[in-house]
Amino acid sequence: MLRPLTAALCAVLFAGCASTGTGGRADAPAAPSGEAATAFTSTYRPIAAPPVLITGATVLTGDGRRLEHADVLLEGGKVAAVGTGLAAGADAVRVDGTGKWVTPGLIDVHSHLGVYPSPGASAHSDGNEATAPVTSQVWAEHSVWPQDPGFGAALAGGITSLQILPGSANLVGGRGVTLKNVAATTVQDMKFPGAPHGLKMACGENPKRVYGQKGGPSTRMGNLAGYRAAFIEAQDYARKREKDASTRRDLKLETLAAAMDGDILVHIHCYRADEMAQMIDLSREFGFRIAAFHHGVEAYKIADRLARERICGALWADWWGFKMEAFDGIQENLAIVDRAPGGCAIVHSDSEEGIQRLNQEAAKVIANARRVGIEIAPEHAITWLTRNAARALGVGDVTGTLEPGKMADVVLWNGNPFSVYAQAEKVWIDGAQLYDRHDPSRQPVTDFMLGQPTAQGGVR
Amino acid sequence: MSRRPALRRAALLLAALLPLSAAAQDVLIRNATVHTATARGTLQDTDVLVQGGRIAAIGTGLSAGSAQVVDAQGQPLTPAFFGGITTIGIEEVSGEASTRDGALALGQNAKDITVRPEFDVTLAYNPESILLPVARVEGIGFTLLNAGTTAGGSIIGGQGATVRLDGSPDPIGPKVLFVSLGARASGLSGSSRAGQWMLLDQLVDEVRGRIPADSHFALLTPAGRATLARYLDGGGRVVVAVDRAADIRQLLRWAQKHKLKIAIAGGAEAWKLAPELARAGVPVFVDTLANLPGDFDRLGATLENAARLHAAGVEVGFSQSDDAAHNARKVRQLAGNAVANGLPWDAALAGLTRVPAQAFGVSDRIGTIAVGQSADLVLWSGDPLDVAHTARQVWLGGRAIPMRSRQTDLRDRYLRPAPQPESGALPRAYPARVD
Repeated sequence: MLRPLTAALCAVLFAGCASTGTGGRADAPAAPSGEAATAFTSTYRPIAAPPVLITGATVLTGDGRRLEHADVLLEGGKVAAVGTGLAAGADAVRVDGTGKWVTPGLIDVHSHLGVYPSPGASAHSDGNEATAPVTSQVWAEHSVWPQDPGFGAALAGGITSLQILPGSANLVGGRGVTLKNVAATTVQDMKFPGAPHGLKMACGENPKRVYGQKGGPSTRMGNLAGYRAAFIEAQDYARKREKDASTRRDLKLETLAAAMDGDILVHIHCYRADEMAQMIDLSREFGFRIAAFHHGVEAYKIADRLARERICGALWADWWGFKMEAFDGIQENLAIVDRAPGGCAIVHSDSEEGIQRLNQEAAKVIANARRVGIEIAPEHAITWLTRNAARALGVGDVTGTLEPGKMADVVLWNGNPFSVYAQAEKVWIDGAQLYDRHDPSRQPVTDFMLGQPTAQGGVR
Repeated sequence: MSRRPALRRAALLLAALLPLSAAAQDVLIRNATVHTATARGTLQDTDVLVQGGRIAAIGTGLSAGSAQVVDAQGQPLTPAFFGGITTIGIEEVSGEASTRDGALALGQNAKDITVRPEFDVTLAYNPESILLPVARVEGIGFTLLNAGTTAGGSIIGGQGATVRLDGSPDPIGPKVLFVSLGARASGLSGSSRAGQWMLLDQLVDEVRGRIPADSHFALLTPAGRATLARYLDGGGRVVVAVDRAADIRQLLRWAQKHKLKIAIAGGAEAWKLAPELARAGVPVFVDTLANLPGDFDRLGATLENAARLHAAGVEVGFSQSDDAAHNARKVRQLAGNAVANGLPWDAALAGLTRVPAQAFGVSDRIGTIAVGQSADLVLWSGDPLDVAHTARQVWLGGRAIPMRSRQTDLRDRYLRPAPQPESGALPRAYPARVD
């Protein structure tokens, strides 16, 4: 669904598409441009593992297909094949998938793990640089505490990739970072190779509440004036840099300019339908594309518009009412966004609890949609947690489905994942089994949890 | 699956009858899988007869008489569920202070301690809150109104009580006292949780007359003394929000000393003291999804909390730590996840029904399916503990509740095709034309 968007991104990248070695394919991830591209680069290294052959499972491929009694072969860290009667070498680990379900690894486009970690220590409250309404110069990855036990808990819920975003205190909160959900000592060791940065923006109540008594904005019109002023400044900066490459770098404006160039994907926290329409107009004024509206509890009111604009709705199943802009939430929001022709629905969490159970969130949507006669098949619903999320993060070319050649990010479930009883039994990231529900030796325990009086070592 | 169209017809039939059914109507629910939440357990292919708002008979081949018949087609029938310890009806929009009544803060500033156990949050209860229909169409029939602890108040939040979500204005159960302990409340006890026990002991001294009412140390009003006196020596349930095992241990000692009848809310590390809690007969209302160490009181949080407590003989119920009021319906997901992590299914059902009804003094009327009980019932599309299923019909006091809420109204408005101005259609704000 985002093909035209990512193709457009490729077109404006001076080297991004070619350097990823994907030959300019439409879904190639954008890469950070300019000086920022060489700063804080990923040092993630996939863990070598023998081939894996999962046999006889129900497989949801993530691209809308469901295969019964099917096999999945992982080899060299990639999905090698999905089908029946697959063969593997003697060195392959064989996993009996009979009665079990296989899906791509789940992807959460909205997480604050690491920047608002557990435990909620004041010393670790690193998610909102609430010192000015526009802080596009900050990068969430510089706040991520890799020892957050939430990463391991999310892994037990099948999460293999996630975007860590700054919070929503600011009009422009800063850059988000996409991570592979691997235990690591540094965030660089978790960074998803080649993934573009996200830009976190926020509509509505939060910025005006935070800055209302601190010099503004104090109103929604103040919010809009704030975004516009910032982008005008960034346009000016981009022109100067183009004319004179020796113009001194400005991190704040560099990020906004990169968003206008399409090198950074724009993710906007926005609840109300009317405000989403304002932000679409803002994006027109300054020529940037919006990858997704996050939270969007009123997305159902403009589902057709979002589909036409090719903007994803990254949404909750049932949150509502905790503030005025969340008052009109309904449980069919995702289903209505999804059913619009060309619609792009994503289940997101914004929660260290919800990220562990994105599958259950989707299950709720399926059940509620059924009440109004909308039937959603599991093979379709899984796209909300996998392919659509990958595309919104600009990594749809390399993960999010079980197409051969993609990263072997895979979950084996104990049954249909869209149930409260579903549990991820095994999780592979780039072909390495990094979680096993029944094998403590395949359950990560962060440094912080080590030696604590916990239940059984790690978070269960 | 093939049963659904027929059931939907039955639901539609019920909906059509709703405007006529403001009063309780006799109904015979046939062929249900009846989860009684009693020692009788689950009864297959069973009928439940409702007369005069109460359960009149449970059996097979019951005669309908003049009662309306609903064919459950084998689907589950349960007691209406407990929505947890919430602020339903005492909070409309969390972010809007003018709509919030759940906690008392008479103190001049955040460090002032004002101890007002006589504070009764049920007096603020609004049975017309839109939160009620939102919860009850999901099978939630009752909740315990929570008097919260906040800055400018004290570790004693005040009193709440059980309400049924049928729109009736008054609580149906006895008053319950709320106390908060541990990290979440140490700001209200001189920045130390040790101060919590000091304050509680002092309050007991005041109630017992060991501190004169006119002493400048006295914290309680006359009404406050009278209120606390009722709870000492087991005169009423005290719900204590506490997580850390060390604090729960102190609580058990203190409660035993003063013969308090307590229940625990939260209890992230309660599993560590499961045998002691079982011996003391303390029910624990757990948030089974809160498995992360959200703070240093919850380092031992585990998905298996409910299962371990139950295995030791503790009565387990459920209550959320997140937005418990607006999303009270999520309590079902808590129960289902507890089952996925080792709690027997019947115990999870009890945690949503019988256990809270008993703990909060309303089990003589609700919380089980038994003859004589109020007909607070839910017919489900499938396993009621699985979020993959939904409530098909809810009865409260025998009355078929309209399966509508502000949320379903919004949903239905926007499920309609967008009106096209060019074709003369009015905006969605106008009532839909019925052709």
